[in-house]
Amino acid sequence: MLDEAWQLSPQVALRPEPFGALAYHFGNRRLTFLRRPELVALVRGLGDSRDVRAALEASGLPAAHWPAYETALRRLAATDMIRRVAKEP
Amino acid sequence: MTLLEDAGLQDRQRPNSQGDRPMGGTLVEQFELGLDAPICLTWELTYACNLACAHCLSSSGRRDPRELSTRQCEAVIDELQRMQVFYVNIGGGEPTIRPDFWHLLQYAVDHQVGVKFSTNGVRITPERARFLASTDYVDVQVSLDGATAEVNDHIRGPGSYETASRALQNLADAGFRDAKISVVVTRHNVGQLDEFKALADEHGATLRLTRLRPSGRGADVWDDLHPLPEQQRVLFDWLTAHGENVLTGDSFFHLAGFGESLPGLNLCGAGRVVCLIDPIGDVYACPFAIHDEFHAGNILHDGGFQRVWQTSQLFQDLRAPQSSGACTSCAFYDSCRGGCMAAKFFTGLPMDGPDPECVQGYGESALAADRVVPAPSQDHSLPATTRNQPVMLQLTRRPDLAAPPVSACAEDPLAGYRPLRPH
Repeated sequence: MLDEAWQLSPQVALRPEPFGALAYHFGNRRLTFLRRPELVALVRGLGDSRDVRAALEASGLPAAHWPAYETALRRLAATDMIRRVAKEP
Repeated sequence: MTLLEDAGLQDRQRPNSQGDRPMGGTLVEQFELGLDAPICLTWELTYACNLACAHCLSSSGRRDPRELSTRQCEAVIDELQRMQVFYVNIGGGEPTIRPDFWHLLQYAVDHQVGVKFSTNGVRITPERARFLASTDYVDVQVSLDGATAEVNDHIRGPGSYETASRALQNLADAGFRDAKISVVVTRHNVGQLDEFKALADEHGATLRLTRLRPSGRGADVWDDLHPLPEQQRVLFDWLTAHGENVLTGDSFFHLAGFGESLPGLNLCGAGRVVCLIDPIGDVYACPFAIHDEFHAGNILHDGGFQRVWQTSQLFQDLRAPQSSGACTSCAFYDSCRGGCMAAKFFTGLPMDGPDPECVQGYGESALAADRVVPAPSQDHSLPATTRNQPVMLQLTRRPDLAAPPVSACAEDPLAGYRPLRPH
């Protein structure tokens, strides 16, 4: 996943909350709670980065924490909260 | 509802920009501190209703002349969109009898506010069912409080079972997928849970079970209708065994005292993650608390919904740490958190005491003690009986009287004498 380009799914809205954010998917109507502001910033920044690794680097998170964030991203991907960006041919 | 647990990232009591609000902890702990906007907002569009259900939470019947106009309702939806309230539960009264109901439904959906609405089915014609099947973001919830007409009509009124069944059939015929059948669990229908599930399966619908609250007219019938202690266990066991595809609106968290939590948040969300807007724009802490005691403000007179939600004193209080009072020493307090605030209030129990249906039995003793049931602060019930009003009285004889009383003028020397019946 680290070398792939991802972005917030176009059907998802993020609502800022004191603990992080609430993500709502208008397609499958799932509600997910992002429990850390850092995760919210990461998810928002995905679309502007070349790949997930670049987004993590840009986030300033210590590398030791990356695996936990990657796990969270995978779970977001499983419910279509984030979507993989198709590679340009 | 999925929780995204960012495992390994939890650190507690981290200061943040919200002043002294602690970060981290569990999601429930965060919810208890309140959110910037509700997750689950109920909006009663009208107090008018074609039915007069015995247990109506909002004592509905008559339209309130101060009811929000179409323009005012649109403004509410605009504000919900700004606040990113992603969906709203619309109810009443019977919301579909507002002439602008279908317009408001479309308006909400067009403004990224999904709608789930509750109905008794009276206006779900084949044509409306086809319209509903063509929309996204609209959920329909048909109320049914008995799996048979006999049980249902006893509290919802004659003909109401047939109305609901026809609506469900129209929805299924139109290809509307996954309608909800919404059941308030009572003493009379708790034995029909399997039948309800079969009924839902038959209509391609999802079963939703919720708790009977002693709110509104429900206060008048709660003593006779709320499930008995042994039925609470039946309900809990049924939910544990079959609950996976059954919705509960998180309403049975008082059952968590049986030792095993049911899926869901298991917390009272009043004023923290849920609230209610009533037909005249009054905001209450939860759908089961339409009473002056839980009135947070009015969206017309107090600067809009967002302002009421974020600044009302009542909601600030509800988001502050609550006292566990008499429940402090109970081993199950952490699972049930003292139960339902509205259930306690409307049965005259202290807010920091046990739930009236506490499964550890503390509710029964609390109910047996001195208490004063609060008077309702409003009532929209119809002033006169209507043809489809439920009649919950049954004519019976006093069991201790074997014959009519003897008149003082009876001259018969054998008056009042009844020979002992041979065994």
